[in-house]
Amino acid sequence: MNVLIHISDIIIPAVIFYIVGYGLVSKVKVYETFLKGAREGLKVVVDIMPTLIGLMVAVGVLRASGFLDFLGSLLGPLTEKIGLPGPLFPLLVVKLFSSSAATGLVLDIFKTAGPDSYAGMVTSILMSCTETLFYTMSVYYMAAKVTKTRYTLTGALWATLAGTIMSVVLARGMV
Amino acid sequence: MQVPPCSEIGGTGINIGKISYGGSSMLNYLWAGMILLGVLYAAFTGNMSEVTNAALDSAGEAISLCITMAGVMALWMGLMEIGQKCGIMERLTKAIGPFLNFMFPRIPKKHPAREYIATNIIANVLGLGWACTPAGLKAMEELANLERERGNPQYLENTEVRGRSASNEMCIFLILNISSLQLIPVNMIAYRSQYGSVNPAVIVAPAIVATLVSTVAAIGFCKVMDRKRAVL
Repeated sequence: MNVLIHISDIIIPAVIFYIVGYGLVSKVKVYETFLKGAREGLKVVVDIMPTLIGLMVAVGVLRASGFLDFLGSLLGPLTEKIGLPGPLFPLLVVKLFSSSAATGLVLDIFKTAGPDSYAGMVTSILMSCTETLFYTMSVYYMAAKVTKTRYTLTGALWATLAGTIMSVVLARGMV
Repeated sequence: MQVPPCSEIGGTGINIGKISYGGSSMLNYLWAGMILLGVLYAAFTGNMSEVTNAALDSAGEAISLCITMAGVMALWMGLMEIGQKCGIMERLTKAIGPFLNFMFPRIPKKHPAREYIATNIIANVLGLGWACTPAGLKAMEELANLERERGNPQYLENTEVRGRSASNEMCIFLILNISSLQLIPVNMIAYRSQYGSVNPAVIVAPAIVATLVSTVAAIGFCKVMDRKRAVL
């Protein structure tokens, strides 16, 4: 595990070194080129601000209202039958929108049940194999100015479902 | 060492026409539903003050996130520009060429969309959180350009865009991204060790298996849909 964390520590500096070094060797005006890209990057962030505010407020309101916990406690006995512990349901929903909000819930589960418990294992695997579905969709489609997303949602939900089922199956085999 | 996930950042640098906020976009209803449901439920359970705080705090949080993001986005977009000029991205594209040909058979070989898709996928697999979103957004813009080159009337410049639909390539690219491609869940390992796990890295193997399964499920779905509606 130390090796893994070590690798993840050096990978970003290594990538930066490689790009700048390679650019210099291939006689690209690295600094000017960098500035051009950076300027575009800033514009990107300004464009995305409203989307971010909208999504984060909606998730914040829904979480604070207690609705997700209510849904979790309502569906908990049901989801537990298929191997998904109660607190994982709100996590599954929140993860579709925001990964920073999901991280908060993950740490709660680790704190109360422990990372090596069954719930902790399902959580760990689940978080590793799913993405923030609605977040990614709204941000990426905004870049292409697309509003009709056709079969994207079905496909993305299907992939998320496959990941969720695998997490439960694998965690069962481990604990 | 905490790499933010790929999907936490986003946006676009090029503006193509006007965005239409009307029409029957799925997010339209979803967003309204979340807000209305949240407020109504809070009214019945007496959580109104929490909701007030959450609404204001979340809006502020979004801005702080944008400020952090601005620096990182600028950094990676700058590096990506260099990478493109000196041919690194072209080499990455070649490296996963067979996969691109399989997933996106109808994108012309020389189209810039391929380079950005390749960069996004590789950054995703390696878990380079912040690096993959800039590439992904550029890829979406290039896919929109591709539609324009194909003569799709919804994508023509200076037309009032109302309910522009996604191309098959866009759907496939998005589904692939959402199926999660990151091989090693570094963040999860860090959190696990932080909360006293006996063996934090024990989840690496199952995480890789689960990621592969969800990605294969995504690819299968895309292939079926793509064949069904090959002609847009």
